[in-house]
Parts: sequence; structure tokens; C-alpha cells
Amino acid sequence: MSTSSLRRFWTGGDIWLWLMAASLTLLLLMTVVFFGIIVVNGLQALWPRQIAVLTTVAGDTYAGAIIQRQKTQMQVKVANRDLNAQDFIWLDRSDIATIHYPEHIYVLERTEYGDFYGFLAANSSDIATYFKTGKLPPRFKQLQADIVAVQEQTGILNERISKLEKQRMERNDTSKSSWGEQGEVSTRKQTSQPLQSEGMRGQLTAQYQILNDLQTELDTYQAKFTAVPSATVSIALSDLVRYYQPNAMHGLAKFWLYCQKVFELLTAEPREANTEGGVFPAAFGTVLLVFLMSITSFPFGVLAGIYLGLYARDGLLLRVIRIAVHNLAGIPSIVFGIFGLGFFVYGLGASIDQLFYASALPAPTFGTGGILWASLTLGILTLPVVVVATEEALRTVPKSLQDSSMALGATRLQTLTKVLLPAASPSILTGFILAMARAAGEVAPLMITGVVKLAPHLAIDGSFPFLHLERKFMHLGFHIYDISYQSPNVDASRPLVYATTLLLLFIVVLMAGSSIWLRARLRKKYKLGAL
Amino acid sequence: MSDRFIIEHDEWVIAVTELNLFYHQLQALDAISFKIPPHQVTALIGPSGCGKSTFLRCLNRMNDALDGVSVTGSISYRGLEINNPLLDVIGLRRSIGMVFQRPTPFPKSIFENVAYGLRIHGIKNKQELQDRVEESLRQAALWDEVKDKLHATALALSGGQHQRLCIARAIAVKPEIVLMDEPCSALDPRSTKKVEELIQKLRSQYTIVIVTHNMQQAARISDCAAFFYEGRLVEYNFTDKMFTNPAINATEDYITGRFG
Repeated sequence: MSTSSLRRFWTGGDIWLWLMAASLTLLLLMTVVFFGIIVVNGLQALWPRQIAVLTTVAGDTYAGAIIQRQKTQMQVKVANRDLNAQDFIWLDRSDIATIHYPEHIYVLERTEYGDFYGFLAANSSDIATYFKTGKLPPRFKQLQADIVAVQEQTGILNERISKLEKQRMERNDTSKSSWGEQGEVSTRKQTSQPLQSEGMRGQLTAQYQILNDLQTELDTYQAKFTAVPSATVSIALSDLVRYYQPNAMHGLAKFWLYCQKVFELLTAEPREANTEGGVFPAAFGTVLLVFLMSITSFPFGVLAGIYLGLYARDGLLLRVIRIAVHNLAGIPSIVFGIFGLGFFVYGLGASIDQLFYASALPAPTFGTGGILWASLTLGILTLPVVVVATEEALRTVPKSLQDSSMALGATRLQTLTKVLLPAASPSILTGFILAMARAAGEVAPLMITGVVKLAPHLAIDGSFPFLHLERKFMHLGFHIYDISYQSPNVDASRPLVYATTLLLLFIVVLMAGSSIWLRARLRKKYKLGAL
Repeated sequence: MSDRFIIEHDEWVIAVTELNLFYHQLQALDAISFKIPPHQVTALIGPSGCGKSTFLRCLNRMNDALDGVSVTGSISYRGLEINNPLLDVIGLRRSIGMVFQRPTPFPKSIFENVAYGLRIHGIKNKQELQDRVEESLRQAALWDEVKDKLHATALALSGGQHQRLCIARAIAVKPEIVLMDEPCSALDPRSTKKVEELIQKLRSQYTIVIVTHNMQQAARISDCAAFFYEGRLVEYNFTDKMFTNPAINATEDYITGRFG
């Protein structure tokens, strides 16, 4: 290469072009690899695996699913946590003499102790026919229905008793405060209350007894299974979630099972310290959180952006405010969490408790973390993005449009709502998309403002007032952290980690995608290309 | 001979008296006084920065939106003082419409563009809106070109059509005066010709004040012409006189292209 062509290479800008292309390629590659890992692992996480029976040179046998094969070792999930010390083991590949896949081995998903791998014992009771035909004994079904009915009744009784207790406590409060006039009346009323609640307590005890009996009878429906190598285990039908014979299944049957498992993931609650079951409460919490965040943060952000962009007079104060808003976006999110804890939870929440629910504590408690406070915290976190996007969007609308509207006799407000905002709406939506994506993936500030491993109730349910914003909630992002690093059995929960991550990505993409679709429509409607 | 020549009209819609405009410390208009006759086209000419656009924007108070502008003197619109700070500016702009240099269609449909002014002035009746929109588009000689696509986006029209749409939008609210700030400077010759023909046609119903850089255009379409130079009104004369036998030498120099 001659000096002149080298010079041309430097000054002509080709090197920058190469650099730009290289960095773009790197970025794309990273994204593709990242998504690829999650999608591939997430999709196959719930696929039913073949169960192998492995015999070592020394003569030991194991039954399990081969999870990963490395150069010298392989990891095998032997399950049967109630029999084995570990449900995942590593075997040296050189030690293994034979591997075969017996057709009749069962996988039982249980409510306790995880999966069970084994064979149906030959001389087992007639319940064993259930596993062959899939037909449950009628008495068993009857028992299950009875238990549900009794549980419902005890629930109602419990609710009534706690209501009576609450009333009594409130009456105590008022009689203390106005002792002189009402003391006598309320003591007379009080005497009848304990009697009533005593009667209910009696009923409740009786119901519990019935429940106990039913449960005991239900537990007698058991089937005997033989694990590998030899132990025999009785498994109660009521502990069973699902059973299948993966080695005997053909592709379509496996796919059907896979769909059932995906459905369970999306709709069921977690089991066994979050290592099994579904993630529905977490997905629900994530969506509700982002929704609440949006309706609290976006109106404020847009209003502030409009003021900064159109009304505020340019000056030192405006510049300081603008810098402050821009810098707000750079503050670590955990700091917002701490602010949320101090301001919303301890400040606002505690005041609400004292003002409105002093006697009802601890029933609705606003003074601890909850989904409302978490979403408000996220709202503040995403506010700068929305403010800046709105301000910039309004600035890109040509001044001439504003002039034209004013020259026709429109007021500033009419100009804003009829011309400027529609024209700026696609860019404002871009801000929403960024804010939403950030909020959906944020975990740190939630950890101190109300997210939990396992929330007993959803924030929306059938009991008045239906929307319980003070409740703690679950979140997919936190769930991923929890099951991958805080789980008692990391190996067992790994498939769920991938599946949950894929679900979170899917939800974020779905929410952002719907906004992008809306933006494309608005852009088509209000495009400013001709100006 | 004085350094100014200003004709008097007996009949007028706008009378400007000793109008001064300051932009911060800078004096942009200096003692402007003249009268604008009704149903005629008055052209404002002069080199760039001479204050003719600034003057035009005084007539419908569009300078209000700018920071640091202060105005003294009087602009009387049929006896109404335009510079009165208590004046109903919205009502004024309804009577004095404006068309800008670059066409500024709103990102809405053709129909909604023309109906915009009507809607903000409270007309809700569908039939009335339809009639007024059609009437305005016909007056702006645009109806035949757009009648089949009234509800398509206005941005798809050509530049010349855009400007005629803006004129239709301005006259839809039935103003008495239409201000035009170099309405043809962004258009090609064919579109310019159409707009000029339109201005000729509109003269019977509206009073038109037009700022233009194009001397031939001023000569072709205006009845009176005002020559602004460095913030002062140098000559205000009938157009045919100004372009054949100007009263002031500076005007002649400018018109014949010796400067500006």
C-alpha cells in the first residue's frame, strides 16, 4: 500500500465506517446470542425428558434424566428427594457400563419432595389400575369434592369470627373514649358477643374434625412404586400432580404434555419453595405493577414536559430544573427504592394507617411495602424519561404550525391539544416505551418497597374492595433472582429460571410492541415528513 | 423634496399612525404611518430585514408571542385600536387572517385543516361545517382537485396545493383582511401563478396585504405598494405609479435592482 492510498484511507473516513460497522455487528451478535440462549433454554426447559437407567462398572444402578453431558462427567437428575440425599448427581462417564431406557418407567410429579422416578410395583393394590386406565375411583373423587366444601365452610366461619372480634375491639375503643354516656349500653351489648363467637368456635372445631377425617381417608388411596435400585414407596394419590411415562410417549403426546406444562407455568401458583409449579402471581404482579406505574407516572411526566417545553420562560431557573430532571435518570435505582421506602411506605403509608385504619390494624396495612408504593417508586424512577421525551417531542413540531394555529384565532390551549400534542404524540410514545421497558425490568427498588418471594394473595381478588393496593406482590424479575440464587435446590429450579426469564422478556416485548404498533399508527396519521 | 412620499386614501380599513417597534434595544420599525384601503391588494416591498414582515405581524398581533417586543403608536382597524393590550386578540385574528411563507398544513385531513378555524370558533353543526369547507375550498380554487379525497391527509398534497389549502383555511373563518407573508417564495412558477390568480380573485371579497420579494409579482397583483427601507416607510404609492415613475430615488434604485 503506497503512502498516498494510506493517507486516503485515514482521511477519507473509511476507518470510521469500518469501526461503526464492527461495533454494530458486535452489538447485534451480543443481542442474538443473549436472546438465543434464553429462547432455546426457555423453550426446552419444560420439555419432558427421557428417563435413563444407568449401570456403573461397579454395579450400581441409577434411574434419571441426563441433564448435561460434559467431557468426562454427566449430570443426572435422579429425583426421589425423599429417598436420596441429593436429587442431582454427577457420574464419571468412564464409570458407566450401560444405559438403557425402560419403557415402563414412570415420572410422578408430586406436591412434596419433587418428582419421583420409578416403576409401578407388580403386586400393588387396585389403585394401580388408575395408572393404567387413568380412571379415578369414584369414592376418591367424592372425598376431594367434600374436602373442598368443608374448607369453604371453615373459611366463612373464620371470617365471621374475625369480624365479630374486630367489632368488639372497636366497641371497646369507643366505650373507653366516651365512658360517661355510653359505657353502660356497650357493656350490655358486649355480653352477647362473646357467646356468639364461642358458639362459632365450637362449630369451627367440629368442621376441622370432619376435615381431618376426610383427609385421613383420602390418604389411604395409595399406590406402591419401586424406585431404582430397590426401595418401595407408597404414594398417595392426593399428593400427585401429574404422571407420565416419557420413554413410552411419542412426539405428539410429549408436545401435548409440554403444552400442559406451559399452561401450568402461566396459570398456576408456585410449589415447593418456588422450584416447581407456575409463576402466574409473579407475571400478574409484573403486569399490574407496570400498569399502575404507567397511569401514575405518564400524566405527570407529560404535563411537566409540556410546561418545560412550551410555557416556562427560558432562564437560569429553567435550565437548573432541566439539568436536575435529566440527571434524575442517572441516579441508581436502589436510591429511588430507599426514597420510596422512606417517603411512601414510612411517610405516606404510616400516616394513612394512623388516620383511617387505626383500629383495624394490621388488616389493611399501608405502612409496609406494597404494590402501590412500589409502582409509585417506579413512577418516579421513570418520570425523567417521560418528561424529556415530551419536551423534545414538542420541540420537534415546527414553530410555523403553532403560528398558523394562533393566527387562526386559537388559544394556546387549543393549539396545544389540537395541533402540537397530536403531532408530537409518536415521539412522546417513544418515551413511554422506554419508560415501560425500564420499569418492567427493574428489580432493586422493588426489593425494599414490597416485593416478596411468595405472596399469599393477589392484589386483585373477589373480596371487597377488589383492588388491594396495599398488598405485597410477586414480580418476575425478583422471581428470577429468587429461584436462581435464593433457592434451596438450584439445580431443580434451573428449568424454571429459563422459562421465567423467557416469560419476562416476552411480557416486556409484548408491552413495548403494542406501544410501537400504536406509535406507527400515530406516525402514519400525523407524519410531519412534508414540512 | 421630502425623503418620503405617502399617498392618502379617503376610505380605509387600517390606519397606522407613528408606529414604532422595538426588539429589545433595537428599533425595527420607525414612525410608520399610512392607510390601507379596502378590497385592494397592498404590497409591502423592500430588502431583507427592512421590517416589512415585522410590520405585517403587528397587524394581527402575532408579535405577542415573541419575547422582548414593545410597540408604540397606533394601528386602527375600523376605529378599533389593535395595540390596546385589553383587545380580544382571538376576535381580532378572526377578522384578520394570515398566510405564512412556507405552507403549514396541519397533520390532519384536508377537511379538518379547513374546518380547524371553524371548529375553534365554536361551529359544531356538521352541515354548516361541510358547506363552509366547500365554499372556502372553491374560493381557494382547490375544490376540484381535492373534492374526492377530502378525508385523506393534507400532507400528501403538492407544495402549491398546500399553500392554497392554507389560504382556504384562512378564509374559512370569513376574515375581512388576509395578511400574506411571502406566500409564493417557496413555490414553483406554476404554483405561483395559480396563487397569484387566486389573490386577484379574492380581492373582491377581502382586503389583502402581501409581503413580497418579487418585484414583478408586486407589479402584477397589487393596487398599492409600500416600500420599506431600514425600518422606515419610504414610499407608499399606487403600484402603477411606483413602478413607472417612483417619487423617491431610493425606491427607483431598489425596484430597478440597483440594490437590495
